[in-house]
Amino acid sequence: MTQTATTPVKAPFAELRAKRRPGLPIIYWVVIAITLLPILSMIVYSFNVAPNHRITYVWHGFTFAYYLHLTDLSGLWQAFVLSIVIALASSAISVVIGTPLALALERYRFLGRRLISGIVFVDIAAPSIVVGAASLSFFLTVNLHTGFLTILLVHVAFNVAYVVVTLRARLSGMGTVLEEAAGDLGATPLTAFFRVTVPLLMPGILASFLLALAMSIDDYVITAFVAGPATTFPLFVYGVKTGLPPQVLCFGTIIFVVGLVLAFANGALNRRSSI
Amino acid sequence: MSAIDTSTISLPSSPVKGRRFARLSVPYFLAIVGSAWMIVLFLIPLISGLLVSLMTGNVEQGYTLTWNFGIYAQLFGPGADVPYALFLGRALLFGVTATLITIVIGYPMAYFIAFRVTPRWKTPLLALVMVSFLVSFIIRTDMWAFLLGGNGPLLSLLHRLGVSGDFHILGTPAAVIGGLAYNNLPFMVLPIYVALERIDARLFEAASDLYGNPRTVFMKTTLPLSRSGIFSGILLVFIDCVGDPVNAQLLGGKSTYLIGQAIQDTYLTQQEYNVAAALSTVLMIALGIILFAYARIFGTENIEDLV
Repeated sequence: MTQTATTPVKAPFAELRAKRRPGLPIIYWVVIAITLLPILSMIVYSFNVAPNHRITYVWHGFTFAYYLHLTDLSGLWQAFVLSIVIALASSAISVVIGTPLALALERYRFLGRRLISGIVFVDIAAPSIVVGAASLSFFLTVNLHTGFLTILLVHVAFNVAYVVVTLRARLSGMGTVLEEAAGDLGATPLTAFFRVTVPLLMPGILASFLLALAMSIDDYVITAFVAGPATTFPLFVYGVKTGLPPQVLCFGTIIFVVGLVLAFANGALNRRSSI
Repeated sequence: MSAIDTSTISLPSSPVKGRRFARLSVPYFLAIVGSAWMIVLFLIPLISGLLVSLMTGNVEQGYTLTWNFGIYAQLFGPGADVPYALFLGRALLFGVTATLITIVIGYPMAYFIAFRVTPRWKTPLLALVMVSFLVSFIIRTDMWAFLLGGNGPLLSLLHRLGVSGDFHILGTPAAVIGGLAYNNLPFMVLPIYVALERIDARLFEAASDLYGNPRTVFMKTTLPLSRSGIFSGILLVFIDCVGDPVNAQLLGGKSTYLIGQAIQDTYLTQQEYNVAAALSTVLMIALGIILFAYARIFGTENIEDLV
């Protein structure tokens, strides 16, 4: 609503400035081109024939072979599956426990609220390398064997913070008018929560789920400490010291395309819900 | 709110009391699981992990807490065997440089999206900034190492353009700083964009009405009002850059060894847990001091509001 109110004021001003400064779009598009450079080369080189099973600068010819033989490289497929499983599980858990926490922090005053807000802040701000090392120390102290479980526990621990921050931002703009209306119409707080709050919050929950998914699937630094014998996709890629195998680029391309599709779907959903 | 509730429903007194208790306990029920998870698996490990620095021992015999504060002098004092102070200083320098680059590049990009395009284009242009998140961070950085390599396409292009001699990029500080800036740029653009979007457009009109030329309007209105966005960006980018071991490992060389790599190597390779914990603690303290000083000098609103 504020958007429509401010647009007529902003637009002429924007046009005024647009005539004067061509520098901004140039900076924007040059940086975007640089951003896309490694991504495009990843996609292109995933189709290049690699004689020694490592990507080469020389173009040996176009091939689909590596996409058809994704599982040939031992360990890569398992690492990919492990990353997906951990990402889905940790994001789901984070959303389930993070949504109520965000509601509590945003809508209620309670003992420890500032402390928990502070912990969320530090959780996001603390350098990954410190968190990773500290988490491993902790697991060694309590004698928990590192592996799938410890990766999952730690991924939820950092994803909860991202979910809470994303949802608090949504909640602060939402207000409680509709819940109060539901209450006036006889809904119990629980009914109001599931029939009003959750549907209203759904785009935010989805966005925070996708953010958590991206954070989990991409984490290298923290996971490197707590993985033990387990190998996630980033760990596998990092472990390949001399030149990347083309299958790695294939997986990278697949994740990229799936990510694009999810982002578009999420965008379309948001546009529909905002109309 | 509760006053309205009790007056409209008007139940006998004891259930109201019960409801009041239930109402008061609601936030605790909502918060308990998430808070407990973060306290047990983030806060306690963080504190106990940093405490390991004050322990002595080794991997075989285990560590005991001996309040060994001497380790800090040992690692960072003048007679240190390994120049950890240098690695930390270098990481801070690289971090500051990379952060400044992201501000100088990211601010105009955020400004462009916020003020220079029609609302319809804002989301796609913002998404384009973040599109690199869809590619694994390690692959992205590895691809840069590939593209910037000795016989790689970029250097070949430079050679063909007439740049001669033994010129290389990989292994230099420039490559590492570039990698840090590249990987963190979206974290700077996003908060600045959000801050710019929040500015009431009428303020620009008011500033122009008061005869501010575009430059003055920017310096006196836009920049101060986007300060909180810049601070959020600095918080995210600077901390991540200073602790990061990956860019230095994949794009750097011997002359670019950073504190993040030192923590990783002392912990995972040398298995000197107390050393790694001491390095982590010093890193945290250094970051804390710098960010606190920044917040005090440049003045920012309540830090808690930023996240």
